[in-house]
Amino acid sequence: MIEANSQEHTVFAPWNEADKEPFVRIENVTKKFGNFVAIDNISLNIFEREFYALLGPSGCGKTTLLRMLAGFEIPTSGRIIIDGEDMSKVPPHKRPVNMMFQSYALFPHMTVEQNIAFGLKQDHLPKAEIADQVERMINLVKLNAFAKRKPEQLSGGQRQRVALARSLAKNPKMLLLDEPLGALDKKLREETQFELMNIQEKLGITFVIVTHDQEEAMTVSSRIAVMDSGTVAQVAPPAEIYEFPNSRKVADFIGDVNIFEGRVADVQADSAQILINASDVPVRTGRSVEAALGETVWVAVRPEKMIVSLNPPKNMTENVLKGEVWDIGYLGKLSVYHVRLQDKRMVTVAMTNRYRETEHTITWEDSVYVSWAPNASVVLMS
Amino acid sequence: MIKSWSWFNKVSLIVGFAFLYVPIILLVIYSFNESRLVTVWAGFSTKWYGQLFQNEGIMNAAMVTLKVAFLSSTLATIFGTMAGFSMVRFGRFRGRTLFNGMIYAPLVMPEVITGLSLLLMFVAISLDRGLWTITLAHTTFAMCYVAVVIQARLNAFDRSIEEAAMDLGCPPLKTFFVITLPIILPGVLSGWLLSFTLSLDDLVIASFTTGPGATTLPMKIYSMVRFGVTPEINAVSTILIGIIATGVLLASVLHKRRESQRKNDELLASAIP
Repeated sequence: MIEANSQEHTVFAPWNEADKEPFVRIENVTKKFGNFVAIDNISLNIFEREFYALLGPSGCGKTTLLRMLAGFEIPTSGRIIIDGEDMSKVPPHKRPVNMMFQSYALFPHMTVEQNIAFGLKQDHLPKAEIADQVERMINLVKLNAFAKRKPEQLSGGQRQRVALARSLAKNPKMLLLDEPLGALDKKLREETQFELMNIQEKLGITFVIVTHDQEEAMTVSSRIAVMDSGTVAQVAPPAEIYEFPNSRKVADFIGDVNIFEGRVADVQADSAQILINASDVPVRTGRSVEAALGETVWVAVRPEKMIVSLNPPKNMTENVLKGEVWDIGYLGKLSVYHVRLQDKRMVTVAMTNRYRETEHTITWEDSVYVSWAPNASVVLMS
Repeated sequence: MIKSWSWFNKVSLIVGFAFLYVPIILLVIYSFNESRLVTVWAGFSTKWYGQLFQNEGIMNAAMVTLKVAFLSSTLATIFGTMAGFSMVRFGRFRGRTLFNGMIYAPLVMPEVITGLSLLLMFVAISLDRGLWTITLAHTTFAMCYVAVVIQARLNAFDRSIEEAAMDLGCPPLKTFFVITLPIILPGVLSGWLLSFTLSLDDLVIASFTTGPGATTLPMKIYSMVRFGVTPEINAVSTILIGIIATGVLLASVLHKRRESQRKNDELLASAIP
């Protein structure tokens, strides 16, 4: 925490500041639809100016949670507090938040201008003020040439921008985005991600985004809440989620990972040794573990942190697996090796192609060694 | 696009159309007949149209019919829209299928039974029969048609559009009038047109529920025919045919225009990145 304070201007991490009041407090919220529990006793804090991502597979409850923030669903139990105000009895049209819908939900019978002005008109602002704000929004999303068009005269990317402008027009304290880029093609999606980040920074509004795309969540957000069947598995900044997942579920959902089951054999202050079931060679990790000797744990290693070699790595008595190259996927900048271990388990290794393909020496059915550094792995307790 | 027509296609087309339209064409032609005798041609004349407008009985009946059709279709549209709305929006509940079936039932119910049951009810609650009872009766059965049309329209409706309006600060009732209604308006209008035509040409239910002084045009025509077909009846029928044909043509032209407009829009949208 002291470190974070000393570099206050470069690091944005309000969640590390002990006395910081969260902008949104979700307190023990449960939502049931009949017998189905969509949200199971979730508590979360979202801070001002955060770009907060709710990430999870479809059906994990992330959209339900977002809709509860907007007011379209009422929690079965628990409270949601936005900006110090309990939202339990506040209907959607009176909340200080706006939402951008997955389907964009543009009003088909109104022009781009009228769509953006709609929210402002509900506040009965003076006409000139509405016109000013609409123009500002149209400039922000670069739709100047299309102001008089109807939604059906726009392409998917343009509609997406109208939806964004409309939801930002009222200067909400918080913007909720429900899979905002889901309908765009890959290239446009990547461009729009950065555009979203710029707009968020420029306006200083708290963004909460729902997505099932982990790359999108990693790119845009300050923190990610990984959700799974109605519960939150982990909340952390993207790098931490990736490097230090707290469970097999999170490790598996974010990126690719090799997981080895094993037993704790030795615990030191700064390292631990684990005997894995897949090999006779033990695994050493660069951090201590809080587990008793003999306890079952899982060692997770990301494919890009492993090395495949034909010769046994020198001076290594731990973190080495023997196997046979089963399959090679050439992806241009990367090659992905599927190595079959002696017990027929597969290990995935991704290595940067630093040399030309012709100079590659490892090929199918080669006997190889897979190795990694002690600090490349994470020990998972569940 | 069929370029060459086989003789079979030609014959079946001609037979089919003849079957449908020869009686109507005959009726139209004889409405311009000079002679009093309907089946004997005696030269072209429009005098029966002139006489028609002098005939107070027919003109009164026409007025009654228009009034009933206008009132009942408007009421049916309001109630039918409400019914269709609830059926779609209430989601699943116990007995939903039964309710749904009950909305459809009057569509297949024999008119005689609908008419009789309404008559019995009006007598039971001792309502004076006349223009208003016909209006109520027509509202009752036309409402089902409207409900069905609206239901179809609403099933394709993206509810997040309404949610977006509320999210932007629009209260629920206002949302219905400024967002939902304009979007389903084509459905509401076609529901209204449908009930209007249904009311216009109903004979059976109107005869059951009518009272003194309230004679609709179909009833008037039917009673006149019992004393023999006169050229006046041909004339009034021709006018009715004209009105209906114009309506149908207008509706299809409007529909076609909108379709081509939509296609243009799509082209325009895809052409510009």
